[in-house]
Amino acid sequence: MANKILDIIDLKREFKMGSETVRALKGVSFSVDAGEFVTIMGSSGSGKTTLLNILGCLDKPTDGKYLLDGADVKSLSRNELAKLRNRKIGFVFQSYNLLARTSALENVELPLLYNADVPTKERREKAMHALEAVRLADRMDHMPNQLSGGQQQRVAIARSLVNEPVMILADEATGNLDTRTSYEIMALLQELNSKQGLTIVFVTHENDIAVFSSRTVTLKDGRVIKDVKNENVHSAKDALAALPVEKDDQKLPVEKDDQK
Amino acid sequence: MNVFNLLSLAWKALSRNKIRTFLTMLGIIIGVGAVITMVSIGEGSKESIRSQLSSMGSNMLTIRPFSNSTIGGGARLGSTGLQTLKVEDAVTIQKQASYITDVSPAVSTSGQAINASLNWPTSLQGVSPSYLNIRDWKLQSGISFTDDDVATSSKVCLLGQTVVNNIFTGGENPVGKVIRFKKIPLKVIGVLEKKGENTFGQDQDDIILAPYTTVQKRILAITYVQTIYASAVDEKSSDTATKEVSAILRANHKLKYSEIDDFTVRTQAELISTMSSTSQLLTVLLTAIAAISLLVGGIGIMNIMYVSVTERTKEIGLRMAIGARGIDILLQFLTEAILISITGGVIGVVLGISASKLVTVFLSWPTLVSEYSVILSFAVCAITGVFFGYYPAQKASRLDPIEALRYE
Repeated sequence: MANKILDIIDLKREFKMGSETVRALKGVSFSVDAGEFVTIMGSSGSGKTTLLNILGCLDKPTDGKYLLDGADVKSLSRNELAKLRNRKIGFVFQSYNLLARTSALENVELPLLYNADVPTKERREKAMHALEAVRLADRMDHMPNQLSGGQQQRVAIARSLVNEPVMILADEATGNLDTRTSYEIMALLQELNSKQGLTIVFVTHENDIAVFSSRTVTLKDGRVIKDVKNENVHSAKDALAALPVEKDDQKLPVEKDDQK
Repeated sequence: MNVFNLLSLAWKALSRNKIRTFLTMLGIIIGVGAVITMVSIGEGSKESIRSQLSSMGSNMLTIRPFSNSTIGGGARLGSTGLQTLKVEDAVTIQKQASYITDVSPAVSTSGQAINASLNWPTSLQGVSPSYLNIRDWKLQSGISFTDDDVATSSKVCLLGQTVVNNIFTGGENPVGKVIRFKKIPLKVIGVLEKKGENTFGQDQDDIILAPYTTVQKRILAITYVQTIYASAVDEKSSDTATKEVSAILRANHKLKYSEIDDFTVRTQAELISTMSSTSQLLTVLLTAIAAISLLVGGIGIMNIMYVSVTERTKEIGLRMAIGARGIDILLQFLTEAILISITGGVIGVVLGISASKLVTVFLSWPTLVSEYSVILSFAVCAITGVFFGYYPAQKASRLDPIEALRYE
């Protein structure tokens, strides 16, 4: 099944900084099929943030083509882009971006609020299902500051799933988490990828996170320098089991995370 | 998003910052409360002035005969001795005019009023029972004469306070006594309330009222009437009533189109204009106060909404990333501003009404909470919310999601 979720062809993005023109992307081409788990790697300045913004329909390319689930993003208006983000993409951010003083359930409901196709009655139910999928059914009424970093990121993943998008776009989603919690998140993403066939595009600069994906695209100076299938996908679950056991139950918040 | 979602969203956002929301609202609350209290004090005093003026008969019409013809050496007749007004005219006006409530024919004469050994020069006014309504004159004791008394020309009368003081010795009850006026005995059946002097310093209480038929037949031996008094429905319709009365009288007197009126209708125009200019000044002043206080309240809302938009930049970025359109963000912030102003408005209305009641209770100033002041200040409030909330909301809706997400 070679259904292309993402298809970018010779993508270019230039920024005008005063009299200078910065070429952040200099012609990037690749495509992602349905059900793939792709990591996009690159050091800072490689253009991965710019690429991520374009993939997330938050920004438009200067030149080149970007097809998201068959729709040509370049021709769309601001409002159409918003609709596309709402229906087709689930964002997971490094700093979770949960609304403070708002319960986990209400945070997960948020994307449904902007989806006119979901009636008010179904909203709560869908959000509950999404929270069950990330195994947080017992924390629905907790506020973000009552949750650990890992739990907050799981709420964010539930939020990204709730509109049944064609792709999850994660931006350094494990960047604020310790190794154990990072592996937990990766295990969750792997599970969603294998069980539900969810397409995941994961932007990171950490090599040991990339090993959990099925393919790695490496960017450097605005170009793709490497695009390899990962023959030996590590299981995050196994990696988690191999970690030295701490005496605390892993379900309890093991570290106090100040980030909100 | 539907209205319910917007409202619940705004409610949650506002309840997260209760103190700030309340302080912002306070500007509106004080503004609206002050306007309503002021207007009700203003309306209260206006109403008390109005009722005082009404007691002087501000809606009274006076109809007198008029002639432009001359006699002998060219002296014009005016209204002296003219006999053109009849009782029938008063009856027709009463029947046909829709802007007139009460009509009374009137004839008057002056002479000595005598009781036992005391006498006093005064005037006797022959009127119908509705004259008391027209003048808004109450009885202090006894009863008024009736239409039956008019029909039978009965020899009864009502005495003014000055007359009572001069022909009855202290403590004596005049009701039931018989006085004489120009040799005609008249039974006193009631005493009028004290009315004081009119604007020209005339003593209005120096009078005796009797059925007009009694005065016409038993004292003056005439069939015409000298004056017709009528009251318009209210001050405002005085002019309309005047036109109506003129038309009726012209028809009654069978005047041709080319002929001038053989009567004049006068209103209390001076009283009315004084009254309306006073109330107009009051309205202008209060409107100015309302505008200023709501402007200040509105600026408060705008200020807080700006702070709120800046503070919640990241939230706005997130909402946009997960699919909020510009209009969704705009409506969200606009709803918050409107919710603040309308809630403030409601509290302000309640506060204003209670404050007016307190003013009446503790300062015993008359107050009147008028519907228009409540509706007006509430409407201005809602408009303030939209007007001052729009600009910050628009700013929020135009944020770039990428920059907003990275905002710290």
